[in-house]
Amino acid sequence: MRLVVNGTPREADVREHESLLTVLRERLGLPGSKNACEQGECGSCSVLVDGELVCSCLVLAAAADGRRVETVEALGSAERPHPVQRAFVEAGAVQCGFCTPGFVVAAAALLRENPEPTDAEIREALAGNICRCTGYGTILDAVRRAARITT
Amino acid sequence: MPVLIARRLDEALDELAAHPDTTVLAGGTDLMVELNFGRARPARVLAVDRIDELRQSAGGSRVRLGAAVTYARLLRDGAGSRALEEAARTVGSPQIRGAGTVGGNLGTCSPAGDTLPVLAALDAVVVLRSARGERRVPFAEFMTGPKRSVRRSDELIVAAEWDDAGPAQTFVKVGTRNAMVIAVASLAMVIDRARRRVGIALGSCGPTILRAPDAERFVRVLCDEAGWDRPLRLSEAERTELGRLVSAAARPIDDVRGTSAYRRHVLGVIAGRALARLGAA
Repeated sequence: MRLVVNGTPREADVREHESLLTVLRERLGLPGSKNACEQGECGSCSVLVDGELVCSCLVLAAAADGRRVETVEALGSAERPHPVQRAFVEAGAVQCGFCTPGFVVAAAALLRENPEPTDAEIREALAGNICRCTGYGTILDAVRRAARITT
Repeated sequence: MPVLIARRLDEALDELAAHPDTTVLAGGTDLMVELNFGRARPARVLAVDRIDELRQSAGGSRVRLGAAVTYARLLRDGAGSRALEEAARTVGSPQIRGAGTVGGNLGTCSPAGDTLPVLAALDAVVVLRSARGERRVPFAEFMTGPKRSVRRSDELIVAAEWDDAGPAQTFVKVGTRNAMVIAVASLAMVIDRARRRVGIALGSCGPTILRAPDAERFVRVLCDEAGWDRPLRLSEAERTELGRLVSAAARPIDDVRGTSAYRRHVLGVIAGRALARLGAA
């Protein structure tokens, strides 16, 4: 199958039943999207497919042929972090870190559509992401902070 | 497991006609869970999310919603039904709404499907297409049991259609959270003031989506008395009676999400809230 991943055309051999998440992590060397619930509950595998925020564990890889995929790896790097990533560090919104990539992708998607969200809008936009360290307070702080950085 | 990504409707219908064992894939939010946990191993998969005809909608006095329209798009572009938009907003999370579709909700046909009570209360028609032609099935005849419908293996759900019912329509859902929740109970209520029609339908309260005909009749009489184009104010006694009639229409079971008694109780409560909301609309 072919995908455009983070702006680069990629090809991968895909096994039947395999999700886009598995292809990203195990075939394309992009482990930023995390594998946890495999049922769309936790949001750790959040990516953008053709610009739409989805759980990559719920995308059948073989059916995604030709799609444009953006993962957390495209947002920023340690040297040049995305404003949301910078805000997560500054706000102390990272504890164990497992859920962080999913939250970062969902928060960046929110701010792209709505640069000045209300608290209620932030909560609704992040409702599909679970943090089992329950660091939600600082995560909300980080998204408010990122909104201030970007506007 | 061959996967065909259909680009055209006729191509999809030919595939279904040739291979009755095909599993249709729309947004994937149901099927992928089954695949990930090894609970389903389809013989073949037909992806329908790129068929233009299924992604198109039309507004106006007769609304048509393409089966492959995602909840996210429906919320951005409008659905031609306020209650359907309210129901779509309660589906899962932003990630689930970005993938899931109304056609998928109809295809899975769970009694907890969030959009289904709305389609029932709107008297929507499910448009089914096969290589042999088109069938238009009223929602009341479409769903036959939990995750069972009259869709034949060679048919594709292409759209849902209904008459625009105006602004007095709403959807109420009860669950343990605002997000990522399968309904413990849900209710859609439509007061079509122009056509003088009332639709009340219940989700997660029986083997199929259930209508509440006695409650519908009760609201029709209230509207007759108050005047269909006037605001409707409920007395406490009328609210109690509406709740009683709605609860009586339910056929709930005890399960992991709630007890039968709770479901009956909560349906009465949300019916009163729904009508209070619509009385002013």
